[in-house]
Amino acid sequence: MDVQQLLNGLFIGSIYALFAIGFTLVFGVLDRLNLAHPAVFTVAAFVGIELVEVGGLSIWAALPVVFVVGGLLGLVIERVAFRPLKGRPDAHFAGLISSIALAGMFIALLQWRYGPDTKRFPAESFPDTTYTILGAQVTGVQVAILLITIVLAVGLHLLVGRTRLGRGMRATAENPTAARVVGIDVDRVSATTLAISSALGAVAGALFAMNVNSAQLGMGSAIELKGLAVIVVGGMGSLPGALVGGLLLGLAEVFTVQYIGSSWRDLVAFGLLFLILVARPQGLFGTRKVREV
Amino acid sequence: MRTRIIGTTAAITLTLTVAACGSGDDGAGSGDGALVGEGSGADCQIDTAVPVGAALSLTGGAASYGESQRNGLELAVADLNEQGGVTYELAVEDDQTDPRQGITVFESFVGDNTSIIIGPTLSNGAFQAQPIAQEAGVPVLAISNTASGITEQGDYIFRDSLTEAQVIPQTIALAAETYDLEQVVVMYSNDDAFTESGYEVFASSLEEEGVEVSDTLTFSVSDTDFRPLLTEALAAEPDALVVSGLIEAAIPLVTQARDLGIDVPIIGGNGFNNPQLMTDAGAAAEGVVVGAAWNSTSDIPENVEFLAAYEEEFGRAPDQFAAQAYAAMTIIDVAVRHNCSGERDDIQDGLNNIVDLPTVLGSLTINDDRDAEHEAVVQVVQDGAFAVLG
Repeated sequence: MDVQQLLNGLFIGSIYALFAIGFTLVFGVLDRLNLAHPAVFTVAAFVGIELVEVGGLSIWAALPVVFVVGGLLGLVIERVAFRPLKGRPDAHFAGLISSIALAGMFIALLQWRYGPDTKRFPAESFPDTTYTILGAQVTGVQVAILLITIVLAVGLHLLVGRTRLGRGMRATAENPTAARVVGIDVDRVSATTLAISSALGAVAGALFAMNVNSAQLGMGSAIELKGLAVIVVGGMGSLPGALVGGLLLGLAEVFTVQYIGSSWRDLVAFGLLFLILVARPQGLFGTRKVREV
Repeated sequence: MRTRIIGTTAAITLTLTVAACGSGDDGAGSGDGALVGEGSGADCQIDTAVPVGAALSLTGGAASYGESQRNGLELAVADLNEQGGVTYELAVEDDQTDPRQGITVFESFVGDNTSIIIGPTLSNGAFQAQPIAQEAGVPVLAISNTASGITEQGDYIFRDSLTEAQVIPQTIALAAETYDLEQVVVMYSNDDAFTESGYEVFASSLEEEGVEVSDTLTFSVSDTDFRPLLTEALAAEPDALVVSGLIEAAIPLVTQARDLGIDVPIIGGNGFNNPQLMTDAGAAAEGVVVGAAWNSTSDIPENVEFLAAYEEEFGRAPDQFAAQAYAAMTIIDVAVRHNCSGERDDIQDGLNNIVDLPTVLGSLTINDDRDAEHEAVVQVVQDGAFAVLG
């Protein structure tokens, strides 16, 4: 097995994971698919570049700001795309569409602000270190990406499992009406969930732009389907599932390139999605939902 | 009642007659349409501004090209209008890098008496939109399409952009000689007409030069993570990477290749021919070889003037797309003056008579296939700028 390819898969997979964790969190807690998530991913990359290029921040100082900006966008998404529709019988579908509409507006604003050109972080803003691990080349940025993903994933896991807010999220996920009865502010939980989700998606966007040295208006739609594949493979709503699913997809891609052929990359990646849907519809880590009567 | 019917009939007949004159069927320079002027060549005087339509990708994947093209066209039209005699009214519409939208834009140009249509930006869109103009007898001048078969769509379709088939063989021949290439890895995005046709020319040119292709790797136009592919390429220990891709892919591809320790020359197609490569890929762009239809360092007077005017107007250096757009208006102006008419058929006739015309691209001739012929240049990135290779 080629060490370089293993690492390639690991790094791109961890970005898929970070993107998908936010994506799946909203689904798990609120039972909504937020299709504005890929737009947040894109906006964050451009904001990160602006902070470094114009704001003069270092990359490491820019990332927390990107995290916060992502959180704010999450609040906007909740207010604009989801809250006005809650309680409607078609809230699932309407939310899906209104989040797509909002995503379109985000991208249009981005285009208005930055124009159509590909943007990148200024060249000298990266620590120009390259490590050689077992003959493979790894950049400092890639190591950072892996560490940041692990820290954020573990942090989120603890937040959901160990805190009061996490309990509120779990209760809302279980049954929003019952949660409201026992005194949980479901609106606040919804807003916080979308904020956290978008903050994670935003960091993923900035890291992705650093990793590939390119931020484009279309970058969100390019990763959107992969993100959906990851959460289906991992299990809709499952955080560990999204982590493992992301890494799995990243590795599946690179090994398809190595052993089958580069043209087959997406075929294999999305073939995996079908295979899981047929063989294990609840995903690797999901639990089968029993329809309540 | 009776008078009204007669009046209406007369009006309809009159309209039809005017329309028939307007379509220019009556041949060169003899009609009384508003777009037919007096005099010839430099002395030609047309009172009405000649409407020129451009369908460009101002948003979507190819938007960075479209923007350059719009700049080039606007600059050229401003220059020509200042010279006087013949003036142009330029309408630029966005095809959103979407062939369907391109069709809509073409339809509206065909419908509103536009004399000539420029564009669309990508070959993909051109293949679908051009038949509409061909059918309606509206001349089209393609300014950036390099796929083969563009002008084969009909006798109203012209192009001023050299095809990949014209530029790439020169590039490969010179690179093979300069770098003593024996075996290379080829990479291309296989979901785009332009890059795929570029790949085919690369493959046949490499074969002609006796360079072995040890691996062929494909990617998608929207891809930005090339590390898995480049790792494969690295394992083959090539003398060079040969890549057919658009600039959006070129920048991350080149950066990541250097990150992985690939330090051989990277030979690109027309998509790489963009100053953005050096701005955005920085030091990683060093050693990138690109064949080009436009020699940015050429010191012919047309080019020197163009460089200065563009820089002053837009605050940055033009790219090949801007140069080809600018040249298009030079060509159109000469074609219009040929019959001193802005009628569609007269312009078509004029375009067929472009021989050794001095333009920013060099001395340009439209050949029997309605394709442009002029000299190409092979460039290499050195110290952050394109230099002529060899």
